Amino acid sequence: MKGKHLTIRTRRAISGYLFIMPFILGFLCFLLYPLINSFWMSLCDVGISPQGYSNTFAGLANYKRALTIDPQFNQMLLTEIGRMASHAIAILVVSFMIALLLNQEFKGRALVRAIFFLPVILSSGVLVGLETNNTLMSGLQDMISESSPFRLSDGLMDILRLTGIGGGVLDVVFDLVGEVTDIVMASGIQIVIFLTGLQNIPVSLYEAADVEGCTKWESFWKITFPMISPLMLVNIIYTIIDFFMKTDSDVITKIHDTMVLQMNYGFASAMSWIYFAVAVAMIGVSALIISKGVVQSYE
Amino acid sequence: MSNQPSPAFKHQGFWARNKKSGGYLMRKQARKGAYSFFRFLLLFALCFMILQPILDKISVSFMQQRDLYDSTVVTIPRHLTTENYQTASDLMQYPAAFLNTLWISVLVSLLQVAACTLVGYGFARFEFPLKKFWFACVVVAIIVPPQTISTSLYLHFRYFDVLGIIKLFNGGEAINLRGSSLPYYMLCLTCMGLKDGLYIYMIRQFFIGVPQSLEEAAYVDGCGTFKTFWRVILPDALPILVSCFLFAFVWQWTDTFYSGLFLGGNNLLSMQISGIADRLNSKTVGGASVGYQQQIVSTATLMLVGPLLLLYLFAQRSFVESISASGIKM
Repeated sequence: MKGKHLTIRTRRAISGYLFIMPFILGFLCFLLYPLINSFWMSLCDVGISPQGYSNTFAGLANYKRALTIDPQFNQMLLTEIGRMASHAIAILVVSFMIALLLNQEFKGRALVRAIFFLPVILSSGVLVGLETNNTLMSGLQDMISESSPFRLSDGLMDILRLTGIGGGVLDVVFDLVGEVTDIVMASGIQIVIFLTGLQNIPVSLYEAADVEGCTKWESFWKITFPMISPLMLVNIIYTIIDFFMKTDSDVITKIHDTMVLQMNYGFASAMSWIYFAVAVAMIGVSALIISKGVVQSYE
Repeated sequence: MSNQPSPAFKHQGFWARNKKSGGYLMRKQARKGAYSFFRFLLLFALCFMILQPILDKISVSFMQQRDLYDSTVVTIPRHLTTENYQTASDLMQYPAAFLNTLWISVLVSLLQVAACTLVGYGFARFEFPLKKFWFACVVVAIIVPPQTISTSLYLHFRYFDVLGIIKLFNGGEAINLRGSSLPYYMLCLTCMGLKDGLYIYMIRQFFIGVPQSLEEAAYVDGCGTFKTFWRVILPDALPILVSCFLFAFVWQWTDTFYSGLFLGGNNLLSMQISGIADRLNSKTVGGASVGYQQQIVSTATLMLVGPLLLLYLFAQRSFVESISASGIKM
């Protein structure tokens, strides 16, 4: 046996590599290679022939086309980024509040928790597209909401608009209120993560604070919030990834159409690389902001 | 914090105690009641919002066509029918597509979980050079949108070749693997399938939480690394594996991205449903109205989601708990 001569550490290292071998193979063949390939394609004009495909180097032409010439792409990208920023924050806040509610004792809590997690299963893959295209469903929803006598939210919106407080900020908030279904639908996983975090806070901390005369409000900001804030990072990263992976966004649709319908692989690759770069940048920026915030709240 | 009255006051009635506390007890009870009421309202509204699309679809799916255009009918159908289910089932070739989808989803999820378990265990337990680097690669695998590489993956499998070897034997022609499902199984076995990075992460988190002494004991008793993994570690890890399997199953069930790219030849529900409106249109004389099309789409969606809902009903704990077990530590 050759293995007998090796130290235990070396042998463990070899076993480790054997265990992660599937991933290494997959990563190199089916992720890194296509990734580099698609980057190369984004710099080229790609021609398709029965023998294979040929790349002619074209420099940054595809990127230029995507960012400056194409009439739709940069608009779509900007809207997407804006929507993502507002959605991510809204999802974070909403899921945190729902988690706080679900952390309290009341009857039917398990049921409510199950319902909130349901969208994780029901808004994936093909179902997303079906939901957004179905005018019959949205018509029905409108009819139900119109037939209810309380249109409190609309009245409130009108009053706030008339007074003219806030201006642009209010519009963002109103948009979010209009999309509250989307937001709740997208926060299933985040709620569970926050909830677990809340349940892992030792009760003794609250008891000590209570004895020292902390109000509930104070102990929320001094105990709950700092203890939970590392999870904000997890959640925001998850939210951003989730948002960028959604198959029904305009940008993804455009990339897909360019690839499948127009067979313009170079241009499609360039657009998806820009999209990917934006996603990574957003994750990086938010991770930086939040981890700074976390460190500060601990100090 | 306890709501029970202390034993000394137990024999007294509520009002007597209220009087003693100078009305404080009453106020406290009222405040608590109001709070739970508002909490109930809020949660009920949110839950209703989540469930409404399903409820709407259920009600629409039982309506006859004329109910759709009857403005007095909102949610409760006046003319009950199960015809829509029949139509949708015919258009999707439901029984065949269902079995196909079931088979593919089970197979794909099993492959994914098997591969991810090995990798997750490897990352959790072993020390080896470049471990941090490879784990960073897992994170990369999570955050690369599949759309970025799909173009190139598509061409990769269209003109499939391993280091030019196949071309040598095949007379200079690369083989076309597009249309066969083999590439997708390869992707799953090498942890590059749908959301595999996430499963690796979840399984790794689980194994990190398992005490190492278990394996050390097995090692002392003369168990090799792989035998330990198989006999000691895997049986304990069953809950997390089941959860990952369930997630993989559900996401594969509804997936169109990879299915469209690799499983085009298979008759899958998720693929059937995307073209159902057009097929209905071409089958109906004079074309189907928009409302009718969408009624059928809703019915078909219900038929797609039904099995998943049933699964969720029974395995709800597995779904939720795996997330809470793994999301907590970064």
